[in-house]
Amino acid sequence: MSVLEIKNLHVNVETDQGTREILRGVDLVINEGEIHAIMGPNGSGKSTLAYTIAGHPKYTVVEGEILLDGENVLEMSVDERARAGLFLAMQYPVEIPGVTVTNFLRTAKTAIDGEAPSVRHWVKDVRTAMGNLKMDSAFAERNVNEGFSGGEKKRNEILQLELLKPKFAVLDETDSGLDVDALKIVSEGVNRAKENTGLGILLITHYTRILRYIKPDFVHVFVAGKIAEQGGPELADRLEEEGYDRYQVAETASAE
Amino acid sequence: MTVATQSTAMPTAGQHGLVAHSDGPVVPVQTRSERFRSVDVADFAPVTGREHEWKLSPVAAFADLTSGELDGARLDLETAGAEGVAVEWIARDDARIGTAGTPEERASANAWTNFGEALLIRVTGEDEKIATVTRTGLGATPRAAHTVIEAAPNSRGLVVLGGTGSARLSENVEVIVGEGANLTVVSVQEWDDDAVHLASHFARIGRDAKLKHIVVSLGGKVVRVNPSTHLAEQGGDVEALGLYFSDAGQHLEQQVYVHHDAPNTRSRVTYKGALQGEGARSVWIGDVLIGNAAVGTDSYEQNRNLVLSDGTRADSIPNLEIETGDIAGAGHASATGRFDDEQLFYLMARGITEEEARRLVVRGFLTEIVQQIGVAELEERLTAALEAELQGA
Repeated sequence: MSVLEIKNLHVNVETDQGTREILRGVDLVINEGEIHAIMGPNGSGKSTLAYTIAGHPKYTVVEGEILLDGENVLEMSVDERARAGLFLAMQYPVEIPGVTVTNFLRTAKTAIDGEAPSVRHWVKDVRTAMGNLKMDSAFAERNVNEGFSGGEKKRNEILQLELLKPKFAVLDETDSGLDVDALKIVSEGVNRAKENTGLGILLITHYTRILRYIKPDFVHVFVAGKIAEQGGPELADRLEEEGYDRYQVAETASAE
Repeated sequence: MTVATQSTAMPTAGQHGLVAHSDGPVVPVQTRSERFRSVDVADFAPVTGREHEWKLSPVAAFADLTSGELDGARLDLETAGAEGVAVEWIARDDARIGTAGTPEERASANAWTNFGEALLIRVTGEDEKIATVTRTGLGATPRAAHTVIEAAPNSRGLVVLGGTGSARLSENVEVIVGEGANLTVVSVQEWDDDAVHLASHFARIGRDAKLKHIVVSLGGKVVRVNPSTHLAEQGGDVEALGLYFSDAGQHLEQQVYVHHDAPNTRSRVTYKGALQGEGARSVWIGDVLIGNAAVGTDSYEQNRNLVLSDGTRADSIPNLEIETGDIAGAGHASATGRFDDEQLFYLMARGITEEEARRLVVRGFLTEIVQQIGVAELEERLTAALEAELQGA
């Protein structure tokens, strides 16, 4: 039984205006097979949490721990974290000139598994996964994310999620910018990955829309760098009706 | 009817454009084929670095080659021949010399003025064959060389012209592709770090003949290989490919010119380069001229640069001139992109190590050209050389 634990996480980021504290003590435990939705207004630190878990060099952990099955994730480099079983589906996947999707997927799979996948199974797996995500086979020969539409980029992220089979996935606003058809396709992919591999999911979103298709077990509301409230799926329904205003009011009041 | 009218179009002394520029009486050449040309170095003014053909080059680094006396003796060669490829030295007055082109700048003319004998590489016969001629150990003496690569009518063959070791070389390479012939020329520059190599290649493509011309520049302090192709007869075809990897302090340049001068000719120009390290520099100028006679021309040229670190500079200048309206197609493209920290993060977030990530990107980018060479052993060696460049070797 895999578990991802985040304990009292404080994270700073260096900006032109100096050091800013973004995360101010985040505690979170995600077990294998659980879906945790992290919701919150813009600027509350949701993406910082995602990138800190993945190890982006821009973010400095000043206090706290991230443990994957008891192993200290913060001591691992970005690629070591991925090989240990962490995956980040990015909000803005970058273009990689000169590298085809096929080449990229095979290289990543080989890196994660420590050996090259068997050619026959791999080609079939890729084709099936692309078919499930309604991706045209021509994608395979295009350079990673180059000239992809917003929806195509997000599908490409979920394609990797399904093929690389991590233990835990952080989905950073995967729903943003998707029309309803693409949202359904992407959500089905996430649900399939969970079904097939017992994936634990940290679903970061601003909107409740995606929660119609990916049902969270837990909902955490992020405000000003920490969890302001948590509960079950019913909390998302309440957010849909009330928005984030009451947290921001409370935050302003407590700051005075 | 005779009406005397005073033309308002008559130039007057004060008209803009009639007065010489302050940096000299330079009249810009409007059409690429009308540039001044001569085989005599004395016909060219000393190089200042302001000339259009030199303005992006570090001219001070090779003043000896543009203005000094050059040693025109035979070069040391390592030759791996093949049946149907003859390699021999020929006299200056051989009728073939000068049939493919004439120098357009001073280093080229200086080499032409000073070479002793020319090296002839003559391809005959319709079987596929590969010959390699490598110039090596040329040393610190400024040298001139002249090479003629001739493909007999309907012949096929691949000629690799290589350079290794130290060198200060200015040279001209004439490529004469006979009617119906199919020739590949690969010019591979793997010189030592201190070498300077200035080359002009002049190709003349016969009727229904095809040339694949590939420039691979990896080693050398300053390497400038300028291939020009004259599609002089109908049905001629040129595929001009280039691959370069410029690292710290290196200047790799290529000025590519394709002149469509006959009906139904085709050209494809694709140059790709990577740059890494402080002061790594590349220049690509691609000129395509589609002349009045070149109806039905099909032309496309492109240059792509991949910037791997800060401190580099890639100049990329495509020019297209069209003198006839009746063409099949003409286009050009240029793009310079960088491999940055976010791309590295993305690849590493998928489990790929930093070293592997860089290799993946550069390989993916340059392989397209390497695969076109068609000599398995050379392709493998160049792939390995490119990876060594990446490691900073």
